[in-house]
Amino acid sequence: MTETLHETFARLTTLDRDVVAIAWLSLRVSLSAVAIGLLLGIPLGAFLAVARFRGRPAIVGLLNAFMGLPPVIVGLVLYLVLSRSGPFGPLGLLFTPGAMVAAQAILATPLVAALTRQVIADADDHLGEQLRSLGLSAPRRAMVLIYDTRFSLVTAALAAFGRAISEIGAVLVVGGNIDGHTRTMTTAISLETQKGDLSLALALGIVLIALVITVNAVAAVLRGHAARAYG
Amino acid sequence: MAGITLTDIRLILNGTAILDGLSLAIPPGGITALVGPNGAGKSATLRVIDGLLVPTSGGLRVPGGARRAFVFQKPALIRGSAAANVALGLAPLKRPRAERVERTHAALARVGLAHRAGDPATRFSGGEQQRLALARAWAARPDLLLLDEPTANLDPGATELVEALIAEMAAEGTKVVLVSHNLAQVARLAADVIVLARGRAVEHGPTRPTLMSPRTPEARAYFDGELPWSSLAAAS
Ligand SMILES: Nc1ncnc2c1ncn2[C@@H]1O[C@H](COP(=O)(O)OP(=O)(O)OP(=O)(O)O)[C@@H](O)[C@H]1O
Ligand SMILES: [Mg+2]
Repeated sequence: MTETLHETFARLTTLDRDVVAIAWLSLRVSLSAVAIGLLLGIPLGAFLAVARFRGRPAIVGLLNAFMGLPPVIVGLVLYLVLSRSGPFGPLGLLFTPGAMVAAQAILATPLVAALTRQVIADADDHLGEQLRSLGLSAPRRAMVLIYDTRFSLVTAALAAFGRAISEIGAVLVVGGNIDGHTRTMTTAISLETQKGDLSLALALGIVLIALVITVNAVAAVLRGHAARAYG
Repeated sequence: MAGITLTDIRLILNGTAILDGLSLAIPPGGITALVGPNGAGKSATLRVIDGLLVPTSGGLRVPGGARRAFVFQKPALIRGSAAANVALGLAPLKRPRAERVERTHAALARVGLAHRAGDPATRFSGGEQQRLALARAWAARPDLLLLDEPTANLDPGATELVEALIAEMAAEGTKVVLVSHNLAQVARLAADVIVLARGRAVEHGPTRPTLMSPRTPEARAYFDGELPWSSLAAAS
């Protein structure tokens, strides 16, 4: 036990190349997935908050349920779609970081969309009438509401990042946990623990938690600054 | 701008009749005041005129193509600078950017907020927010201006400034419909006054005679409660 801790410490202080490479890949994959999730989820959430059409409650309900989509199921479905005989097989994405980004983006998008819809719906209660009175079109109103809630939407981005970086099921299934290619922090921790390399697993675990805390702290500071400046 | 007519308007929200057989003929031009007790339906009437609430039944005639601006009882501002809030009202006008910027600053200056252009609007005081909302309406050069208690939170100096602005807009051809509980203000600004009670218009006439000697018991009760006669005398 003490030996494990000692090795863990050594790996961290010397910034073990394996640890850095794995952490860097995880960060790249999850941040890309969150970026895609924001690009798709914010407009979708804003649209659902502002538009009135039949079937909207059903879609909103589905979206809320999809916030809890099991990652391993997403991985499985994406695996089928990307496998050689699947519809997107020819892209050759399976077992690449690209497939992992796609999987995590599928997890992030409904989360961002559902949180955005809630935030924008609240803002619309307060501002909607004024914006309609100003003669703004529906897309324009949605844009103004996104702008108005921009600081709250940071929270949606952070929630999506937390979900992406900490999930294991989806990246494991579509990435394959290939050493030096698609191994992320969560898949590596799981594998190294099974192999008995507890020091590497622990070092990765510490880096993972540190990353999550750092990303959240940076966001909190930026948000605080911006909110102080712009109300 | 031609006048506005509402004929036997009924507005039912959640099973309650908010407007209940409201008929009005608002004359073109000048300032028309809309007064009446809390809950009489004044704000609802402005919303119907602006098209924000669709009446359950009845006829509504608002001149087509008239540019409308509505200053709400509670100013609704976005989390952005004062200038961004004013510019919002100019976006639908499709004017060149330089003109929008120019108009934004003129509007802020007009309500005494030029030096606050870059400040976050949601942190303004209640009165500053109301002035900002009025600046946003003014910037769009509306044909019809709907004002819902525009001076409710203002100090005497700001009230004077806003009243001057309203009078000036009316003089330049904007039709103003003003909801106010301040009857001295109504006497100062409005040419005619409509008294609303329980969702219908109970009285409509030239301001001074209507305020001085209302014909209906509803109007009398409202004026007696709202206004000691001395302050109306002081306003004249
Ligand atoms: N969306 C709504 N649903 C149900 N009732 C409503 C709604 N909006 C307004 N009301 C009711 O309609 C009545 C008239 O409201 P309105 O805001 O028009 O009154 P008002 O004359 O402007 O009063 P005040 O002087 O207090 O501003 C009130 O009793 C209010 O509770
Ligand atoms: Mg009202």
